[in-house]
Amino acid sequence: MTKVTTADEFVLQVRGLGVRYQTSQGTVHAVSDVSFEVRKNEVFGIAGESGCGKSTLIRALLRLLPDNADSAAELALYRDQDLYGLSDADFRQNILWQEISLVPQSAMNSLNPVYRVGDQVVEAIRTHRRVSKAEARGRVAELFDVVGLQADLMQSFPHEFSGGMRQRAMIAMSLALDPGLIIMDEPTTGLDVLVQERILRRIREIRSEISSSIILITHDIAVIAEMSDRIAIMYGGQFMEQANAIDLFENPYHPYTLGLKNAFPSIRELGSELISIPGSPPTLVGPVTNCPFQPRCPFHLDRCASENPLPINFGEDHQVRCFRSEDANQLRHLAAEKSTWRSLN
Amino acid sequence: MLASTASRWLHTARLGIGEHYRIIQSNPLSRIGFRLIVVFLVIAAFAPWIAPHDPWEMVYDKDGQFASLRPPSWEFPLGTTHLGYDLFSQLVLAARTTLVIGAVSGIISILIGANIGLIAGYYGGKVDEVLMRLTDILYGMPFLPFIIVLIALFGRKLEFVILAIVLIIWRTSARVIRAQTISIKQRQFILAAKARGASDLRIIYRHILPNVLPLLLLYAAFNIAWSIITEASASFLGFGDGETISWGGMLYELWLSGKTRVAWWWFAAPSICIVLLVTSLVFVSRAYEEVANPRLRKR
Repeated sequence: MTKVTTADEFVLQVRGLGVRYQTSQGTVHAVSDVSFEVRKNEVFGIAGESGCGKSTLIRALLRLLPDNADSAAELALYRDQDLYGLSDADFRQNILWQEISLVPQSAMNSLNPVYRVGDQVVEAIRTHRRVSKAEARGRVAELFDVVGLQADLMQSFPHEFSGGMRQRAMIAMSLALDPGLIIMDEPTTGLDVLVQERILRRIREIRSEISSSIILITHDIAVIAEMSDRIAIMYGGQFMEQANAIDLFENPYHPYTLGLKNAFPSIRELGSELISIPGSPPTLVGPVTNCPFQPRCPFHLDRCASENPLPINFGEDHQVRCFRSEDANQLRHLAAEKSTWRSLN
Repeated sequence: MLASTASRWLHTARLGIGEHYRIIQSNPLSRIGFRLIVVFLVIAAFAPWIAPHDPWEMVYDKDGQFASLRPPSWEFPLGTTHLGYDLFSQLVLAARTTLVIGAVSGIISILIGANIGLIAGYYGGKVDEVLMRLTDILYGMPFLPFIIVLIALFGRKLEFVILAIVLIIWRTSARVIRAQTISIKQRQFILAAKARGASDLRIIYRHILPNVLPLLLLYAAFNIAWSIITEASASFLGFGDGETISWGGMLYELWLSGKTRVAWWWFAAPSICIVLLVTSLVFVSRAYEEVANPRLRKR
């Protein structure tokens, strides 16, 4: 992990990205001050519970936000292109799908029910490339093969596919133009465990064949731990902690990460009781003036309620937003005790 | 780009015909309706060969007598008017006018209504506001005064009758298509299409339109039926084209002749045809209604 990273090793660089929604209840800061980079050939995982801003974040990057939302960033570079500097038409034609593709959340419902699956992939290709229908079809057959679908399934309608097959078709579609970055939003949610495993294995196999980087978004810590090279833990619209995968699970700093770790079963400690984090995520209405996790944090200090901590670096590749990150060793011990979390109730 | 879109459309349309036939055949009422429409279409297409006389030719019976106000007989199957016009010939030739007016104003109005509905529903916001207020204004427009003014300004011409009908009936289809568009644009596959870099026009016409198609065809059938009734009313009141004969126009002439109480046959033929054609269209639209709203299907 002493590898020196230079700018051209980054596929995506984001600094200080924020997204606000104007609602009848006031301004919702769905994402605030998010910074990260995605390197070549890596899987960058973003984990967090529902409503923490994961999907909003990627919608902002892809300009798919609804009309009542606006987003801004100090820096958002795809390779060397400023994502916020491009016109809508330019972005749509040259960045979307061509460079950054998306496997949307509930990919099962992401196919148009009235068109054959193959035709939808052909359309995606022909929107961006000047190729004949036959050439595009050939490409679709290749892609179907990559994701393990028989080529003659191109002629089927989406309702003839099972959930897992639709998911694989969406993954095939995302690979169509050899994009530099593929964003997978909850690629396994809603599938049963066996199909989940098959999809994940398929994604892993594809990784070795293609050169795209992947942003993997999920609320499933197990999936993210298994798949990612680096991981960001998101809460209340912020990245609470980000690090490479091994480091994050072996030396977590943030109380929220500690809590999340507790909430997932461990194979090594069979029979150990799961500890959940009491409380629910914040509503994010109004400006961010405190640490969003403070109301649920068993270790919070007085200043946590009035000040939002800035990210602190630990080592080369580990960032934490917490005033108590210096006390991490002590917190790790305390966090393993069930009583620590119960005391909040 | 345009050519490829056009060829794709043709492709979809070609695939669709068998499917449409299946939809229509799936329902006994619409099967009857469909057959009647085909009969009317054949009659309209071959009208000049079917009609034994010119619509405004004074006819004489085989004894050389002037045939005025004759009830139906072998010689004059539907009887004659007081001026000795053969009603069967009039009816057959009028079928043409009626079907043309019905089809042209029905199709133009559904095209306008569907586009306005799709655009208003998809873009929302100010666009929606402007287009829907325009629709509301048309909802406040009563048909008869509107067509009277139009005819008074431009004269009794077929084109203006069609124009008046179209301007009045697109409003309902626009509202319905808009509501359906709003529901479909929220679906996940529309977001997925946007993420693939599809332009607004592509999303509207490639991704939303096919999903509102059953509803659109339902309203197309309604609009055609409504155009026919409207044309008949307008003609009956004397606002039709004076130079072409239509079923409503035949009733108008009956009214002018003052023979309504005497010549029941003169009244019967065009009225029955109007009712049959409109009912057939409604029957066919029932089949599409079942596609658009599966709960109507018999279990």
